Amino acid sequence: MIRLQAIQRKFVVGDQTVYALNGVSLEVEHGEYLSIMGPSGSGKSTLLNIIGLLDHPTSGQYWLAGKDVTGLADEERAEIRREKIGFVFQLFHLVARLTAAGNVELPLTLAGLPRPEREERVRELLAAYGLTARARHLPGQLSGGERQRVAIARATVTRPEILLADEPTGNLDRSSGREIIELLESLNRQGLTLLLVTHDPQLGRRAARQVQMRDGRISGDGRGG
Amino acid sequence: MRGADILRFSVHALKGYPVRSVLMLVAMAIGVAAVVLLTALGEGARRYVTGQFASLGSHLLIILPGRSETTGAHPPILGETPRDLTLDDAFALLRSARIRRVAPVALGSAPASWGRRERETTVIGSTADFQRIRHLKLAQGRFLPEIDPRKAAAVCVLGAAVRAELFGPEAALGRWVRLGDRRFRVVGVLAPQGQSIGLDLDEVAIVPVASAQALFDSPSLFRVLAEARSREDLSRAAADSRDIIRDRHEGEEDVTVITQDAVIATLDRIFGALTLTVAGIAGVSLVVAGILIMNVMLVAISERREEIGLLKALGAASGKIQLLFLAEAGLLSLTGALLGLGLGLLGVWAGRELYPALSLAPPAWATAGALAVGVGAGVLFGVLPARRAARLDPVQALSGR
Repeated sequence: MIRLQAIQRKFVVGDQTVYALNGVSLEVEHGEYLSIMGPSGSGKSTLLNIIGLLDHPTSGQYWLAGKDVTGLADEERAEIRREKIGFVFQLFHLVARLTAAGNVELPLTLAGLPRPEREERVRELLAAYGLTARARHLPGQLSGGERQRVAIARATVTRPEILLADEPTGNLDRSSGREIIELLESLNRQGLTLLLVTHDPQLGRRAARQVQMRDGRISGDGRGG
Repeated sequence: MRGADILRFSVHALKGYPVRSVLMLVAMAIGVAAVVLLTALGEGARRYVTGQFASLGSHLLIILPGRSETTGAHPPILGETPRDLTLDDAFALLRSARIRRVAPVALGSAPASWGRRERETTVIGSTADFQRIRHLKLAQGRFLPEIDPRKAAAVCVLGAAVRAELFGPEAALGRWVRLGDRRFRVVGVLAPQGQSIGLDLDEVAIVPVASAQALFDSPSLFRVLAEARSREDLSRAAADSRDIIRDRHEGEEDVTVITQDAVIATLDRIFGALTLTVAGIAGVSLVVAGILIMNVMLVAISERREEIGLLKALGAASGKIQLLFLAEAGLLSLTGALLGLGLGLLGVWAGRELYPALSLAPPAWATAGALAVGVGAGVLFGVLPARRAARLDPVQALSGR
């Protein structure tokens, strides 16, 4: 599903060159549940951004579903993000002026689906995530756990193949965090490839496969759970 | 993303920042309203002035002493010291078969008094045909009698204001008023006429031309008004007038002949240019509104970085982001322009109610132009912010950097 080979990502800060990723190679199968762990600055988020086609590698190659996506143009990358990839962020990134339903509907609007179909899918998903009563609420009126559930609904409403979650519980209390991780795991059991970035070892160990990162390199890749 | 969705998204975004949106709307509305109002004023002034001249009759010729060909300005400011126009010159014009009637005009100022009341008054000396050529209406009595124009007669016709000020509620007809050092019997009173080509006909006393010449002790005429037999005869009548006067003035063409058409056309051009100028000046405010939209949009983009990053993560390509922000600028400009059009038309309506004589009306080209320039400026100045939004790096935008 995902194949990275010798990926490098360097940033030039002043007169210094910093390697956020330095020769990362990784293969992820369809339906896998993989956690990426490591201390701050180890390159976890950069790796996730490159897998999510939000960032370009400086060198190396990336195949997604058998297709080389390394040098794709902006329009094609956007199309792949729209159709195959869902993102869940630590800070939720909900649009404050849109209701919960409006936020979930946004990817479908960008994809150009007809309005009745969009509304139907949003309704179904909000019901599945226990958010029907909150559909008309603005993000500011929701609890942290509810906001993240809305964000997960938004990430999955287009029925993507891959879900990239960057510290999805980082901004939540313990109980809400557990609910969110269980929701993500249930989505993985339904066939979604789940990549979870976390610096919390306890959370990372729940994944079937755990990748350790340090200084822009993969320092460990093991199976557990 | 569908057109309706882009529109809905833009409306939502604009509603999300009401103060900012209202500011931009007001800037654009003021610009468009200014164009509509100022061009309506210019157009109203043009219609008013040309209407004033047209009301004098469309077959009118004005013969002025002096060789200047300056049309529309009378008496000519430029030119050599003219040979006087005389009564004989005036009536010689009737030799042209294309001229139906002439009215010599002598003009001066003299104190008018009745009893203890006295006021300075413009005195016009002319003939009975002056009334026909100038389409004057009488409120009381009759106009100057049909007498030999070379014969002074002690009769006068008073303008409405002169009559009211000298006589108040008392009857004026048949009374003797003093103009300068002579006495004149009031035979008629003009109906209120108002201003006409710079002369307030309510403020005049009209006497036979020979009486005026005697009063001012001058044989020269201020001008001669002549009426052509038809509109088609007008240019030939003007040529005839020049020929006749040249013959009489020893071959020298020392008069200026202005036709009604030429005056109206000149005024039309002057006021047309004036309207264009004010439209241009007001148009600058539309460009300023466009620049304001650009500034505010640039601020908006830096505040909405996170949202732009999110849209990119959700699969919006750079072109789509650019389109979304351009749609916002376009929507704002269009709404502001329409609002301005409404405001401008409301102002025009109020102006018409307050000054009906001006008949304010914005020209269609100005209304359409203001809308087009307003929306065009908004979209054009929206391009830079939209491009900046489209170029944002999604990772940096999402992290708020």
